[in-house]
Amino acid sequence: MKTVINNYIREEMFPNMWCPGCGNGIVLGAIIRAIDDLSWDKDKIVAVSGIGCSSRITGYVDFCTMNTTHGRALPFATGIKMANPDLKVIVVMGDGDCSAIGGNHFIHAARRNIDLTAIIINNMIYGMTGGQYSPLTPTGKYGSTAPYGNIDQSFDLVELAIAAGASYVARGTVYNPRQSTSLIKNALDKKGFSVVEIISDCPVSYGKMNKMKSPADMLKWIKDITVSKKVWEGFSPDEKKGKYAIGEFLSKDRPDYTELYEEIIKKAQERGGNK
Amino acid sequence: MKQEKLIEVYQNNSVKISIRREWCKSCGICVEFCPKDVLVPDNQGKPIPENIDACIKCSLCELRCPDFAITVEGVEEKDE
Ligand SMILES: Cc1ncc(C[n+]2csc(CCOP(=O)(O)OP(=O)(O)O)c2C)c(N)n1
Ligand code: SF4
Ligand code: SF4
Ligand code: SF4
Ligand SMILES: [Mg+2]
Repeated sequence: MKTVINNYIREEMFPNMWCPGCGNGIVLGAIIRAIDDLSWDKDKIVAVSGIGCSSRITGYVDFCTMNTTHGRALPFATGIKMANPDLKVIVVMGDGDCSAIGGNHFIHAARRNIDLTAIIINNMIYGMTGGQYSPLTPTGKYGSTAPYGNIDQSFDLVELAIAAGASYVARGTVYNPRQSTSLIKNALDKKGFSVVEIISDCPVSYGKMNKMKSPADMLKWIKDITVSKKVWEGFSPDEKKGKYAIGEFLSKDRPDYTELYEEIIKKAQERGGNK
Repeated sequence: MKQEKLIEVYQNNSVKISIRREWCKSCGICVEFCPKDVLVPDNQGKPIPENIDACIKCSLCELRCPDFAITVEGVEEKDE
């Protein structure tokens, strides 16, 4: 049963450490299939992650990989890209990793438009540490730190990324693996900062606290709360409540940070700066 | 390092479904969302393609399996 997957994973690390039915593995499959579609050289790819269940992805892929610290995957990735702009740098983050502790890095990476692909596995919870709510936990949902329901308003990561200046922004789900693969492929192919949020399931930390015991229940819920961008646009404000639009939201061209930096190097050299 | 691969292969003349039992965690996703009810869980919750003749090779089970434990391949039609 050799498939394209086998060409890109560290087989000796399997079975993976995730709980049964955890969406992280579905996203891993989508990332690998997207890269295979692009026929990229494995050794020219660097996958960088922070800390969290989702961040364990970098342990399973046979690229150059770096598992960094919580919230700081983007700064590490920025350094790698600046040092060697020829590398393809993919950053995998959890919702907490990206939007709580790493929120500042996220908006500034988008503002600079550095040529990285950020994939955010949004299971709407801190999975690894036992279900604390994150900035992407929906209002009213339960977490170990929100036993009476979350009163915070969550970020819309798509809107946040667009407002901050990203070049490519999309949202998919683990229920829709084909669409997610193609969104990730487009994001990888795009020059500049590209963002793909994948709504995912954490049956153990999120599901249990929100009355969805099985992975299948969680996937059905994800199906129910998501609609295509087109349908979404026709929704009234009331109909939009508790729902997420999925699809491609932005794809625009503007100079990326490494190109601009190359120009600065040239300028400095012309003025007689150090080579 | 070398793992013993316990792969079960089920095949008819159009499709081959392989299940890597040591990687499967019995999550039930493939069984629940197969559009043709091809897959039935065994007593360990791992899928068995009991109705393989109904399979439409949509590959959704493979794409949604979080553990790379099930694959679907077309079987090339042969003349003889
Ligand atoms: C600086 C720091 N603060 C806190 C932690 C504890 N911690 C580990 S993972 C995590 C959150 C994980 O949530 P998320 O990023 O959504 O990833 P998931 O596990 O859900 O995939 C936290 C708070 C840490 N490792 N380092
Ligand atoms: S705790 Fe949640 S996110 Fe972490 S491996 Fe288990 S199901 Fe996945
Ligand atoms: S390929 Fe489609 S029809 Fe066939 S077993 Fe898998 S999910 Fe069912
Ligand atoms: S989806 Fe994969 S891990 Fe889950 S029961 Fe099916 S084969 Fe096993
Ligand atoms: Mg999370």
